[in-house]
Amino acid sequence: MTVQLGIFYILAAFVVWAAAIVVLGKNIVRAAVALIFTFCGMAALYVLLDAEFLAAVQVLIYVGGITILLLFAIMLTSGISSVTARVVNEQTPFSAIAAIGLLLGLIYASTRGNAAMAAPPRLPETAPFLGRLLLTTYALPFEAVSILLLAAMVGAIVLARKE
Amino acid sequence: MDAVSRAVESFYGLTTAWGIPWLIPALVIMTIVVSIILGYISVAAMFLIWWERKISAHIQVRFGPMRVGGWHGWAQSIADGLKLLLKEDIIPSRADKVVFVLAPVVVFAAALAGYVTIPFGPGLIVRDLNIGILYMVAISSLTVVGIVMAGWSSNNKYATLGALRSAAQAVSYEVPLVLSLLGPVILAGTMSMGRLVDAQGGTWLGFLPRWYVFPQIVGFLVYFTCALAECNRLPFDIPEAESELVAGFHVEYSGMRFAIFFLAEYANMFAVAAIATTMFLGGWQGPLTTQLPLIGVLWFLLKCYFLIFVMMWLRWTLNRLRVDQLMDFAWKVLLPIAFANLVITSLVVAL
Repeated sequence: MTVQLGIFYILAAFVVWAAAIVVLGKNIVRAAVALIFTFCGMAALYVLLDAEFLAAVQVLIYVGGITILLLFAIMLTSGISSVTARVVNEQTPFSAIAAIGLLLGLIYASTRGNAAMAAPPRLPETAPFLGRLLLTTYALPFEAVSILLLAAMVGAIVLARKE
Repeated sequence: MDAVSRAVESFYGLTTAWGIPWLIPALVIMTIVVSIILGYISVAAMFLIWWERKISAHIQVRFGPMRVGGWHGWAQSIADGLKLLLKEDIIPSRADKVVFVLAPVVVFAAALAGYVTIPFGPGLIVRDLNIGILYMVAISSLTVVGIVMAGWSSNNKYATLGALRSAAQAVSYEVPLVLSLLGPVILAGTMSMGRLVDAQGGTWLGFLPRWYVFPQIVGFLVYFTCALAECNRLPFDIPEAESELVAGFHVEYSGMRFAIFFLAEYANMFAVAAIATTMFLGGWQGPLTTQLPLIGVLWFLLKCYFLIFVMMWLRWTLNRLRVDQLMDFAWKVLLPIAFANLVITSLVVAL
């Protein structure tokens, strides 16, 4: 168990470091590259939680799909990669208050709250269970998300089309 | 292989008897396994480079490398590797140095990580993950990240164009690729590479091997086409089209960093051939595997190298597609075929 805890701390530090570059980096392409490393670190954390299916999907969708599209969009926007992005704006005090509040809430929840995160029963394979749940118990939310994505796709095509 | 797992277990037993925490023997075994895979990739890539030069030469009715090492220039790749190792490592002064240095590492790490779930023989697999094929596909999508990093950080218009083309191509071809792999997954009812191979043992009607290439011929063709595109091989090599983009994303790389890109390309070729072999051609299944398990490795490698030979053959036979043709082909031809194949397969399995 201690080895797992050690691996968790290393991974968590890596994710936080990469995420800090995403937020604080002045170069937008570097921020996008750091975002890829953040997602990879998150996938590793999922593996640590015995959710290998989720980890593989995270890498496949977020790293292989979404960040590539993000980089694609950045590179197609002329001159954006040489512009230094503004890291802070005039709303700093409000966001600082919100962030500190969230931190305090999380500390309170993890020390005083209910033990909601009791270890779940370990499944030999998560993918079949996920599939069954998505097509039976959670069929309605699943379909709703599909319709939402379809609407977004149609909207993107309408926006991109030149009349 | 029983002997391998018995040796590993006795190693663990020995270290626990000496009171060493399990992390250290685990790390030792991991290092040994990674070294074996790295050694295999390097040797295989050098062989594949020599082989490709010979095949291209023979297709073009010439000899190719003939002098280095004596017999048909077999040592040509070793000489080339040594030359690349000794060359000066140049980083362009206007390049983004961190990303520039990191890019070949990402590409090669993605190529290497895929080898974890390749079943080389009966029981000869580093880790038979129960999401095996999904893991392979996910890891191979990381290659594009490295290519985009290399293209952008070089600060060169040809490199950036190559990276952009590569990103567009990879995102488009990944969709039919994953859909075409779902056919065998539905037939076998598992995503684990080991169990996929097990499901393809035996014969249909007594003579036809139970390989999924026969019921899934459409899926196999779609997969193979998409795999060519994923590896940036001709006719889909627009990310590094020599006549248009000099060398595409790796135009600014020299010396060992360039060699790592090259190594990763050939490692990827073997990986996609290994996926095709496992999913469609029965993996290590073949005659005499029950009596002599080691011969399964031979069958597996033979099938893989045959597919690689087909890839090289296509490269030196077909023309390069235009960018718009490439996109049209992925979205308007391959994707509908892959969807139809998936729906028909699941209907047949459900009935």
